[in-house]
Amino acid sequence: MARMTMVQAINDALRVAMRRDPRVVVMGEDVGVNGGVFRATDGLYKEFGPDRVIDTPLAEAGIIGTAIGMAVNGLRPVAEIQFDGFLAPAHEHVVNHLARIRWRSRGRFTAPVVIRIPSFGGIRALEHHSESIEAWYMNNPGLKIVVPSTAYDAKGLLLAAIEDPDPVLFLEPKRLYRAFREEVPEDYYTVPIGKARVAREGRDVSLFTYGAMVHVALEAAEKAAQEGIDVEVIDLRSLMPLDVEAIVASVQKTGRVVVLNEAPRTAGAAAEIIALINDKALLYLEAPVVRVTGFDVPMPYLLNEDLYLPDAERVLEAIREVRSY
Amino acid sequence: MATREEELLAPYLQVRSVLGADGTPVGPEPDLTPDQLREIYRWMVFLRVHDQRLLTLQRQGRLGTFAPFSGQEACQVGSAYLLEPKDWIFPTYRDHGAMMVHGLPEVNVIRYFMGDEWGSRAPDGVNVFPISIPIATQLNHAVGCAWASKIKGEDAVAVGYVGDGGTSEGDFHEALNFASVFNVPAIIFVQNNRYAISVPLHRQMKSRSIAQRALAYDIPGVRVDGQDVLAVLSVFREAIDRARSGGGPTLIEALTYRYGPHTTSDDPKRYRSQEELEEWQARDPIERMRRYLVAKGLWTEKEDEDLWNWAREQVAAAVAEAEAMGRPDPAGIFDYVYAELPWHLREQKEKLLAELARRQGEVKRHG
Repeated sequence: MARMTMVQAINDALRVAMRRDPRVVVMGEDVGVNGGVFRATDGLYKEFGPDRVIDTPLAEAGIIGTAIGMAVNGLRPVAEIQFDGFLAPAHEHVVNHLARIRWRSRGRFTAPVVIRIPSFGGIRALEHHSESIEAWYMNNPGLKIVVPSTAYDAKGLLLAAIEDPDPVLFLEPKRLYRAFREEVPEDYYTVPIGKARVAREGRDVSLFTYGAMVHVALEAAEKAAQEGIDVEVIDLRSLMPLDVEAIVASVQKTGRVVVLNEAPRTAGAAAEIIALINDKALLYLEAPVVRVTGFDVPMPYLLNEDLYLPDAERVLEAIREVRSY
Repeated sequence: MATREEELLAPYLQVRSVLGADGTPVGPEPDLTPDQLREIYRWMVFLRVHDQRLLTLQRQGRLGTFAPFSGQEACQVGSAYLLEPKDWIFPTYRDHGAMMVHGLPEVNVIRYFMGDEWGSRAPDGVNVFPISIPIATQLNHAVGCAWASKIKGEDAVAVGYVGDGGTSEGDFHEALNFASVFNVPAIIFVQNNRYAISVPLHRQMKSRSIAQRALAYDIPGVRVDGQDVLAVLSVFREAIDRARSGGGPTLIEALTYRYGPHTTSDDPKRYRSQEELEEWQARDPIERMRRYLVAKGLWTEKEDEDLWNWAREQVAAAVAEAEAMGRPDPAGIFDYVYAELPWHLREQKEKLLAELARRQGEVKRHG
């Protein structure tokens, strides 16, 4: 075990994967010599060389398009898109090809590409560097979508994603990259995709969330505890597929639900989770579900970023609301 | 005195030819056996018959929207004929000729245009990627595929197909750039048939040729008579040899023409003249090759008659086989979204199956 930040755990996962499997290649802008703008690929170029740690031209459609061709021809590309907003130029490749090659070739061709993307807000970055893009792709069958919230999960989920036979969008909450250090095994392990994690057990209110918002939720849960409200925080970890069993089990236990996502409110991941609760566990509810989200506005620039991002206070308000209904 | 610009562009404006319009050799003939020459001709005739039959099927309501390639047979055969099974092609919706030459069964093509996903399922060992309807995207896939060959130390070549309109897309330029920077064994093959649906080439670009774009990426670029199958074969032979021996990518522009509509949904009379069509038909790639073979003493009128009849029989048999297959398994739409069905797709599949059982005979069948 070693104490690692999330970005170190991601770096370690890539190194472990590349040592285990010669088909794994890392590609993207600045991932080679520079080791990535967040240093997620630090040291890999030196160890594995320019054929496996590839500094690409500045062209996202080209990166994802060529990654698809590589994967179809037997490699396991892990492509980094430097920031969330910059996946847009490659959107066509993601939705029209990556997500459906297996389907449209009836299994003859597959593209097991992992797209790693430093994602979400909270680091006071420039425009288009703080986007929540998960909902764009939840409505697009054929992809898996993973968001870690701990260093341990980041490594285990990334190793699982690289081995997964399907394409995976791996959204890394960039504000967590260096937010903490945790014990992380230095050897190989995986965390299964599609399984949620109970981040905090509780009896009174279920709080479903993912990514950086898990830590906001935990902070809110601590405050709620001081008011005598026992909050269960479920870290979804995977948005596609969702862990329906974990969601239903927690709703059955508490009967009161808050759903939290940083993305804009309308048609966000939270909306899908509420619809799922409606389908599977409506009669267990003792209060209407409350969602806490970003606003339906473009991500504000850094001076107003904090107004946009849900914080513990905003979440606590929602917890009180469902508890007192 | 030629200007510097004219000197630079001259090689990209020259059109490579082997056969004149009447089938007489005007350039060096490629080294092919008589059997190969006859086989190349047979392929072109077969493709013409196939294409015309599918057009008719569409008009009879037995096929969905269809993109015919008649007129472009020399490009279809010339681009794929010399490839080896290990090589890859990444086609557009007008390249099912090349797809068949590279090993895709004709039944697959018919099923695809009938509306069956199974049509895109190439047999194992046949490296024919499914048709890409999004324009030019497949060029990056071809480049990535070729790049993987290079990284793995293999010598397979990948060909990406695109039309003249597709050269306006960013993907065309990104693919050329990646291919150039990483020196991958890819061939980018542009069939310049002069129209992107209705929009003529001069609205796509001000460049004098598509081939000249190779200059910007510092890779070989050639322009070839796309109605001359031996010329297309010759430039492909050079490009394949270059790619296989580590020499990197090639951009090939073939000057060609589609006789029919963009797809069965459009009427080319709105944007092209009858005279222009007839000018191109006078340079028909099949007739030109026939004359060449006859002049060489490799082909007779009787053989020709037999060939066209054989092609009609082949196509009729494939159509009958495709139509006998009926509709694909309804629940199959859920398969292959993922390697394994996740819970929500399992639920949706069960729901559809229950609905079908409940509404047996009521759900409209077509195709």
